[in-house]
Amino acid sequence: MKTTETSAPVPAESGAPVAKVGAPLGAPPKEKKEGAVLNVFSHGMLVLWAFMVVMPLLWAVMTSFKDDKSIFSSPWSLPDKLHFDNWSRAWTQANMSDYFLNTVLVVGGSLIGTLVLGSMAAYVLARFDFPGNRFIYYLFIGGMSFPIMLALVPLFYVVNNMGLLNTIHGLILVYIAYSLPFTVFFLTAFFRTLPTSVAEAAFVDGASHSRTFFQIMLPMAKPGLISVGIFNFLGQWNQYMLPTVLNTDEDKHVLTQGLVQLAVSQGYKGDWSGLFAGLVMAMLPVLAAYILFQRQVVQGLTAGALK
Amino acid sequence: MQHGKYRFVVGFLAVPLGLYALFVVWPFIQSIYYSFTDWTGLSPEFKMVGFDNYSRMLDDDIFWKSLQHSLLFALLLPVVTIGLALFFAFMINVGGRRRKGGPVISGVRGSGFYKIVYFFPQVLSIAIVALLFQFAYNPDSGAINSLLRGIGLDSVQPLWLGDPNLALWCVMAVLVWSTVGFFVVLFSAGMASIPADLYEAALLDGANRITTFFRITLPLLWDTVQSGWVYMGILALGAESFAVVGIMTTGPGGPDYSTTVMVLYVYQKAFRDGQAAYATTIGVALLVVTLAFAAAVMRLGRRERLEY
Repeated sequence: MKTTETSAPVPAESGAPVAKVGAPLGAPPKEKKEGAVLNVFSHGMLVLWAFMVVMPLLWAVMTSFKDDKSIFSSPWSLPDKLHFDNWSRAWTQANMSDYFLNTVLVVGGSLIGTLVLGSMAAYVLARFDFPGNRFIYYLFIGGMSFPIMLALVPLFYVVNNMGLLNTIHGLILVYIAYSLPFTVFFLTAFFRTLPTSVAEAAFVDGASHSRTFFQIMLPMAKPGLISVGIFNFLGQWNQYMLPTVLNTDEDKHVLTQGLVQLAVSQGYKGDWSGLFAGLVMAMLPVLAAYILFQRQVVQGLTAGALK
Repeated sequence: MQHGKYRFVVGFLAVPLGLYALFVVWPFIQSIYYSFTDWTGLSPEFKMVGFDNYSRMLDDDIFWKSLQHSLLFALLLPVVTIGLALFFAFMINVGGRRRKGGPVISGVRGSGFYKIVYFFPQVLSIAIVALLFQFAYNPDSGAINSLLRGIGLDSVQPLWLGDPNLALWCVMAVLVWSTVGFFVVLFSAGMASIPADLYEAALLDGANRITTFFRITLPLLWDTVQSGWVYMGILALGAESFAVVGIMTTGPGGPDYSTTVMVLYVYQKAFRDGQAAYATTIGVALLVVTLAFAAAVMRLGRRERLEY
């Protein structure tokens, strides 16, 4: 800590396990006491927050294996045995399998659509001069700071009139439209950083504009596409507001609304353990994906804010 | 690169721009128009009523409550979240003791672990987080009160979401819980790009950690903090508060309108009460608040840009 190199942990620090692990060897102890107190406090806070983040998640996992009675009587006790039947009940009877399927379809369709359409628009806006270029760019960017709920009231009727309400493909189109602002913003900046010479060479060799785009520019933009793809995947997978308004048919529910619906209806049926199993079921795939592709996920989610 | 340029530009822009115009731009324009009508949303007939909706809004106590709560969300949440995140990020990246032979500046041991764990809530849907905490807050069988009982605090058993004085704070705590990690990681990336010799110089001059933070880290990180602030504020006014308030609270928005926020009120007026035009009026107010917030943060936060 601070300016000094310290040796064996000073007694006051023993409360912070992380500090203890980090204690280097050699060099005489010459820290000020005040510094040590600050150090314990800081490390304590770090450990405490990690604990606060993990505890609710572990509690949910644990609860999903308990029976209904013990969920209410002793929320913190370990399950008497692992009630896997909660999980199978949630998967089949509580429609979790349908919600998963709907979510996969909606997110799969909108992710591909967002990336294809977003990169097309971004490429044109980044690389070509034409009247209205700036206007269209700012029209897209503006969508990032406007409250979506304002548009959702008329949008409901627009979608309804087109016969797209409560359909998977309707939801996909809306997801794409609302993902475009950030995608265009991010990819325009990305295409601008790519060298122009390669595309020019291809063009001189007789490749058309669209061929140059699909065969040369898109492969070059792969890192940017991965970042923005992860960003959109998580945003669309976790989306709650758009489906709540535009997707009110229970058979078409996506995971997030399905779970909320379940929480309401399970209150009457009293099947809380099944609900917890559903919650954990919905949490695990994204957490697992995050742990596996941690670096890419973090890059994808923070890329926009750092620009 | 000129040959067939315009055909190509139009061909590539037509679909994305058309989709965007139809589903995003057009509804926005429509909703501003509707705010001057008496449209219910249930029937296609409506007529112009001028500023009636706006004057009704100014007399609507629930609107003022929702505005108050939304403003609190936009102003307080970023301060708490970003403050905590800056502290954690600084500890993780710069707070480590100097190891012999190691770099002058280093993070605490286990910094990688903290960054992974803190980020967990960010990948979960806010709807799932809200459901989880709804159970945790349950006064009888929830995790929090039974934990309090477990450590002998039988007398301290708040109603949490059932208590009008506490409910709003409970909801805000969940938003802080779910977003701090994102900013820790964001600021960590920013701090990693600050050159180590700046810290070295400060340490040679005898600066302690607190001084280092306020004199070096914060000024050099200011741009990131500012854009993070706007980002958090927009989320807190919009989608995130809709999810947490709508899912967790009774009513939703209760008890006794103590947690209602503008975005939820728009939703309820339009899709529950059949007052679409009035809903868009509140939506316009939300738009004004959002833009004013973003402009204020950008303006107040403007500082001389530091190059390094």
